[in-house]
Amino acid sequence: MATNGIGVSVRRKEDKRFLIGKGNYTDDINVVGQTYAIFVRSPHAHATINNIDTTDAEAAAGVVAVFTGDDLAADGIAPLICGVTVTSDDGEPHRAPAHPALAQGKVNYVGDHVAIVIAETLAQAKDAAEKVEVDYGILPAVTDTASAADEGQQQIHEAAPNNICFNWPLGDKQAVEAAFASAHKISTLDLVNNRMVTNPMEPRAALGEYNTGTEEITLHLTTQNPHLHRLVLSAFNQLAPEHKLRIVSTDVGGGFGAKIFIYAEELVVGWACRKVNRPVKWTSDRTEAFLSDAHGRDHVTSAEMALDEDGKFLAMRVMTRANVGAYLSTFGTMVPSYLYAFLFAGQYTTPLIYSEVKAVFTNTAPVDASRGAGRPEATFLLERLVDVAAADMGLDPVEIRRRNFIPVDAFPYQTPVVQCYDSGDYNAALDKALALADYDGFGARAEEAKSRGMLRGIGLSSYVEACGIAPSAAVGQLGAGVGLWESAQVRFNPTGNVQVFTGAHSNGQGHETTFAQLITELLGVPIEDVEVIHGDTAKTQFGMGTYGSRSLAVGGVAIAKACEKLIAKGKKIAAHALEAAEGDIEFADGNFTIAGTDKAMNIAEVAFNAYVPHSYPEGLEPGFDENAFFDPLNFSFPAGTHVCEVEVDPDTGVVEIIKYSAVDDFGKLINPMIVEGQVHGGIAHGVGQALLEGCRYDSEGQLITASFMDYAMPRADNVPNFDIDYAPTNPPDNPLGVKGCGEAGAIAAPPAVINAITNALGVKHIDMPATPENVWRAAQGAA
Amino acid sequence: MYDFSYHNPDSVAGAVSAMNKAEDGKFVAGGQTMLPTMKHRLASPSDIIVLGGIAELSGITVDGDSISIGAMTTHAEVAASSDVQAMIPALAALAANIGDPAVRNCGTIGGSVANNDPAADYPAAVIALGATVKTSKREISADDFFTGMFETALEEDELITAISFPKADAAAYMKFENPASRYAIVGVFVAKTGDDVRVGITGATPCAHRGMRLEGVLNSNFSGDALESVEIPVDKMNADIHASAEYRAHLVKVMTRRAVAACS
Repeated sequence: MATNGIGVSVRRKEDKRFLIGKGNYTDDINVVGQTYAIFVRSPHAHATINNIDTTDAEAAAGVVAVFTGDDLAADGIAPLICGVTVTSDDGEPHRAPAHPALAQGKVNYVGDHVAIVIAETLAQAKDAAEKVEVDYGILPAVTDTASAADEGQQQIHEAAPNNICFNWPLGDKQAVEAAFASAHKISTLDLVNNRMVTNPMEPRAALGEYNTGTEEITLHLTTQNPHLHRLVLSAFNQLAPEHKLRIVSTDVGGGFGAKIFIYAEELVVGWACRKVNRPVKWTSDRTEAFLSDAHGRDHVTSAEMALDEDGKFLAMRVMTRANVGAYLSTFGTMVPSYLYAFLFAGQYTTPLIYSEVKAVFTNTAPVDASRGAGRPEATFLLERLVDVAAADMGLDPVEIRRRNFIPVDAFPYQTPVVQCYDSGDYNAALDKALALADYDGFGARAEEAKSRGMLRGIGLSSYVEACGIAPSAAVGQLGAGVGLWESAQVRFNPTGNVQVFTGAHSNGQGHETTFAQLITELLGVPIEDVEVIHGDTAKTQFGMGTYGSRSLAVGGVAIAKACEKLIAKGKKIAAHALEAAEGDIEFADGNFTIAGTDKAMNIAEVAFNAYVPHSYPEGLEPGFDENAFFDPLNFSFPAGTHVCEVEVDPDTGVVEIIKYSAVDDFGKLINPMIVEGQVHGGIAHGVGQALLEGCRYDSEGQLITASFMDYAMPRADNVPNFDIDYAPTNPPDNPLGVKGCGEAGAIAAPPAVINAITNALGVKHIDMPATPENVWRAAQGAA
Repeated sequence: MYDFSYHNPDSVAGAVSAMNKAEDGKFVAGGQTMLPTMKHRLASPSDIIVLGGIAELSGITVDGDSISIGAMTTHAEVAASSDVQAMIPALAALAANIGDPAVRNCGTIGGSVANNDPAADYPAAVIALGATVKTSKREISADDFFTGMFETALEEDELITAISFPKADAAAYMKFENPASRYAIVGVFVAKTGDDVRVGITGATPCAHRGMRLEGVLNSNFSGDALESVEIPVDKMNADIHASAEYRAHLVKVMTRRAVAACS
């Protein structure tokens, strides 16, 4: 095995530049002649714009230009798009009101974009922005998810009657009703999946440059998917032809989904740099990030489970209202539909599932994917409902799960909600997790805590996630506007070192290391001789970017496929040089060897021969540089069981997580250290949702939690040391045997934490975030 | 941030003079509240008068049974002071838990007390310990100093030079933190000297105040059990998305009980 190949916790190659301050983030880039942009944003959640007077702003010191929606429209710039169609129950596509990048006569949330002010300095831009006079006609705001579609509500968009985006049913309603009618027991649960602000550490930014000579726009962006940005900005927004638009996104300081989408600021900056023929830079401040980054979650749900007398799940029914915000973000329709309801089977054999999702518009920031995206919402309701059902049946939460698990010999397993799971051994993960958590010893620990006046609780979450979204044909049938494959180019230089161009993207996940390990493993090239390149449409071939825990499961396989092509070509070159038949050449550990002999040629020598083909196989192209595209046959389905143990202080309601044990099936691990880091971060994200994070608008649509003073992110002292282990299975559809790992923690943790709290208090449910006051009140009620 | 004139005086008299000449001047101590407010364009002073260059405002001195802390002494310096740790360990502990390391290394006791944020920690200690606020003009007792939300007895051109804390026989501060900002949702400082008990409460109401009802009970029976009978007026409490008035009133009692327990 290669020294730094698959399964080795290689230290991250990229960390040196991050640690010594040599990362190249968008805001780090400054160019000659650069101007600064500020967006004038709506202070009102819902208002008509009667007039915009830019006279004073244009006359202010240092101002280069002030533009409004009319200027964009006059240049033929088209509104922002939503890329996935969901068909509503009336057979019509979802309602998609126009989403202009700068407002056209109306604003629909606080932070909505009204104008851009461009000036010589940032301070001058800010000063001038205050001089843009906007005459608003204030309208009542709709902010509440549950009631947004009620009779008599204020209408937000003409194109969306009753504020409904879509009403999307899935499953056999009659069959589910029949199963409920004859059930032994029906367990019910009403819950809220709290709205979150994703808050990557680096705020969004855009720097546009226009070259009058080449007529090319270069747009430096904080994006997770540069080619997707280029495609949408070109094909849909009419910014510039694809070959005249370059998107650069070298280092990105965290995305977690929030940097997938094509945002107004990005389009407007790209357009404005050509308009003023000067570089234009915009960097979001944290307040703007809170106001205008796409938010996550925000569901109100009623769920029911029908059980037989043995506690077997007979049928499940879910009714959800999902807030999509004021406008549809790029994937705003997909998250509360396909990424949500397709996961309702979880780890269980529930034969019948019916759901309806009513997506509603509100006067709040657009809602889209945030780490997990739909799957945390599905898992939270399912794993909470299973605990409620266990209590209703008088069964231990472990026992009811075991009785309903999909058995290990049933894979591939076709669920009643579209997905066909690739592989899994749910009991294996559960067993390991219970051992890790010392589940059997919980009673004694609870007694000891009680002697100190504290309430201990333990909670499980047995989750499935679907990641590495695929295949293209399937997502196309569902209404996606893009394919979901991935690309790679593996290029040997004549001196034998390797550049890997990936269509995936790293926002800090460590792909430069993980992908280099693949090259080391597959081609035997030392890891220090491998450079992974991403994030520049002028350097890399078209690729789909990073989201949905797909980079390794899809992009890694594309790299492996390119490696296979190199090996096949290398055999021809080596056979020629070694004067052997191609069929006699074997490749291992970087060497092409004549089978059964010690005559060998290193792959670096082969590469040199390919570029200096003085003596070379006849008819073979020179060069040692191969690309590959991989379109998977299926999603990958990581799964596992997480166990959370908490101690609740009944006097204050403070919850402390005492112990957190996670056992996941991610298939084969390439770099266990990086995987562990992803699991840690994911759990912290999930703990944040469960205990701390709650994005709140008031009834007038003002964002109350618009800074870290009021929006609580998880910090180191909110989480314990995690106990982590793995129960891998081999996904047959993935050539590398890998699954995704980036979202698992964020998906599994919220129900594990809440199940532990409800267990500690002896209550049926508590909504997230389980703040001290909420827990204290629940404890009062339970006492 | 809007434009402003910058002054860096080296004496209290120079600072006061600069303030008197300014149209809308502001003293800046550690700047941990002022500068973010200015960066957000929520404040636009014509002049800022930085106090960091005034040597006479720094330092910690022990004077018999009290300890005097210069206004420009940082939270980190108070936390690390062996004199403060020896005389009033609860005060050192309070300082050690303000904000984060960056705030503790810049923020000052004078700045915090003069700003009188309703959720700041120091006012509870100043009140409970019966400290004396020394200013460029006079000495003000703790009971007279905090007058309302972000309001104090300080005049426009008056600045705190030092705060003098008498030693207590026993003292403890219990803070229930806002999970986001880590300011006090409720902070209770209990100090016992002889038979005299003083309770300073921050976070619960618009302005830090003495817990007279709690003191009344604790003066005769210094135990947590004695507190059960005390009615905390819910209608006087702050309420926000993090804690309702009812919950804050409850926390006042819980934090007081814990502070009393930590004193004994």
